[in-house]
Amino acid sequence: MSVNGARIMDTAQKIDDKTPRNETPASQSEGEQAMDNTTRYPDQTVGNPFVDNAKMRMRDVDVFYGEKQAIHGVSLDIGKNEVVALIGPSGCGKSTFLRCLNRMNDTIDICQVKGNLHLEDQDLYDPKLDVVELRARVGMVFQKPNPFPKSIYDNVAYGPRIHGLANKKYDLDEIVETSLQKAGLWNEVKDRLHSPGTGLSGGQQQRLCIARTIAVSPEVVLMDEPCSALDPIATAKIEELIAELSESYTIAIVTHSMQQAARVSNRTAYFHLGRLVEMNDTETVFTKPEHDLTEAYITGRFG
Amino acid sequence: MSKTTEQVRKSLAKRYRAEKMFKAYGIAAIGFGLLALVLLFTDIIGKGHSAFFESYVQMEITFDRDTLDIMDINDDEELNFANYDGLIRDALRAKFPGIEGRQEKRELYGLVSTGAGYELRDMLMEDRKLLGKTVTLWLLADDDVDVFVKAGSDDRLESRLSENQKTWIETFEAEGKLELQWNKSLFTHGDSREPELAGIWGAVMGSLFTMIVTLLLSFPIGVAAAIYLEEFAPKNKFTDFIEVNINNLAAVPSIIFGLLGLAVIIGLFGMPRSVPLVGGVVLTLMTLPTIIISSRAAIKAVPPSIRQAAMGLGASNMQVVLHHVLPLALPGMLTGAIIGMAQALGETAPLLMIGMVAFIVDVPGGPLDPSTVLPVQIYLWADSPEQSFVALTSAAIMVLLTFLIAMNTLAVFLRKRLERRW
Repeated sequence: MSVNGARIMDTAQKIDDKTPRNETPASQSEGEQAMDNTTRYPDQTVGNPFVDNAKMRMRDVDVFYGEKQAIHGVSLDIGKNEVVALIGPSGCGKSTFLRCLNRMNDTIDICQVKGNLHLEDQDLYDPKLDVVELRARVGMVFQKPNPFPKSIYDNVAYGPRIHGLANKKYDLDEIVETSLQKAGLWNEVKDRLHSPGTGLSGGQQQRLCIARTIAVSPEVVLMDEPCSALDPIATAKIEELIAELSESYTIAIVTHSMQQAARVSNRTAYFHLGRLVEMNDTETVFTKPEHDLTEAYITGRFG
Repeated sequence: MSKTTEQVRKSLAKRYRAEKMFKAYGIAAIGFGLLALVLLFTDIIGKGHSAFFESYVQMEITFDRDTLDIMDINDDEELNFANYDGLIRDALRAKFPGIEGRQEKRELYGLVSTGAGYELRDMLMEDRKLLGKTVTLWLLADDDVDVFVKAGSDDRLESRLSENQKTWIETFEAEGKLELQWNKSLFTHGDSREPELAGIWGAVMGSLFTMIVTLLLSFPIGVAAAIYLEEFAPKNKFTDFIEVNINNLAAVPSIIFGLLGLAVIIGLFGMPRSVPLVGGVVLTLMTLPTIIISSRAAIKAVPPSIRQAAMGLGASNMQVVLHHVLPLALPGMLTGAIIGMAQALGETAPLLMIGMVAFIVDVPGGPLDPSTVLPVQIYLWADSPEQSFVALTSAAIMVLLTFLIAMNTLAVFLRKRLERRW
């Protein structure tokens, strides 16, 4: 293919020299002929990773799984009420990075996070901070819809119940109703709130999980490939929902679909082998990527 | 035909052959297992079914005041020690007149169980107006009579009864005054030296109290240990060591636990011998590894996505466990506990060591009364010389197996019922 593409592959291999080889071997062999050797991996992220009215501010984040470093010095901001998409090939660390933002990585014993991560003025890794409080402020939607094996109502009411957000039955009813409405699920389930949440279709389950997350009124919602297990119609519904939710919440979404990133996000961050290569307005990333690796990825030459 | 196709076809035949062979092995294995089961059940039921019925003889009993030697009918003390056996002897002599000589008389009196007198006492205590009246009653026959009655005509020749006794029994039979009735004492009495009076109720109650103690101790301790090890304990050398030891504990011969119970619980803590409380503690030690291992497996089977979902909402570790993991793991834990209980119910060896093998006639009323348990009762009866105990042993085995099958069915039922799908 083009000379340009070949250059990029070489860069990818250079990065690879510093990191274990087992990351995305397939993507590299595919692009092998398409790269040459003049592009340097940037010491600093290209583009514009910082914003003025940042909701979350991350600086020099390193993540280690035991001896292995999964994230290398990532710095970026997530602005208030903005949708940030994290894209990149498999194993590039975007999900790992996302899971640092509400400390879900704490559950993995060997995982160690270094750097400064702030939600407004709160240091996320302040030992005095209780993860319970943090996770109430930073909610998460997972890759596979994972409703509790309880009723639809109990699924949504669970968060408010454990945090004591509603003491009276009608307060709780109201939270459940508004959350399901915001998640665009109310009309479909209002007659069967007490049937099991696991009986819904995949797309409905995922919207139920979103309703469950926003029932706690978080400030930030993290979404880890929320549509990867869904069909195109359910995906379209979730994407609409993300657009609506961005009016009241700050959203960070990891996705493998570049079309999805282009459709739903304000800004896009491209990760490659544990480094943040480029972060810019979504339009810029997809029309005039500044870095060759980004271009190679979004044009489908590897990844 | 291409070379690949040819090669594939050749290997296909071989693969099918291998599959058929494997299936045949499997069917043979299952067939062998079923055959063994059928043999076991045929043998036990064949030997044991007769023990559920006992021989009774019908006689005219006169509650004669002089024979009983009672002055005051309202004096309980006097009534209690009256000569009821005398009534039976009178009735027997009346039925077969002309019996003289000590030997013959003893043979005649031996036809009726020594327990029959107590039934007469109970009747009279119940209804004191019976004094002086004559009633027709079914009286429990002696175990040797019972064996003779149940035996086929060939086996009757080998009976240890005397010729006189055989004639008398045949007279009863000819008059239709001898019949097999439901063996009440089997399910109401404790152990006895007389097979016709011996029952398993004492052992059943002993087993029940032992199982209650075992369940109350082992389930909470086992589940708590499993939850801690699975959800809270750090993964380090020490917890690895504990895990290995729990697995080893499951393989320790049960008699060792009995020795431990004898040395520590009875010897050191001074608890009484032969009581279900100590038996329960010993069986707890034996059951714990089973419960811990199965509970941990049940906890591991809870999908991590549920845990993550709860944690993502800000549930604390404890809330994740109590609200999500425990309800989902409970069916598995219960199944493990019931299987463990079933094992404990069938356990004999450790209980021998702590004295639950004693001959105990009274039905225990609580976990601190001396008692035996069902498998030990079976062991005791299997060891007894009287011929009737052969059938009783098999009958007790049938009762024990019924309990075990019931418990396992309950485990299956609970698993099916409580299992949630996600």
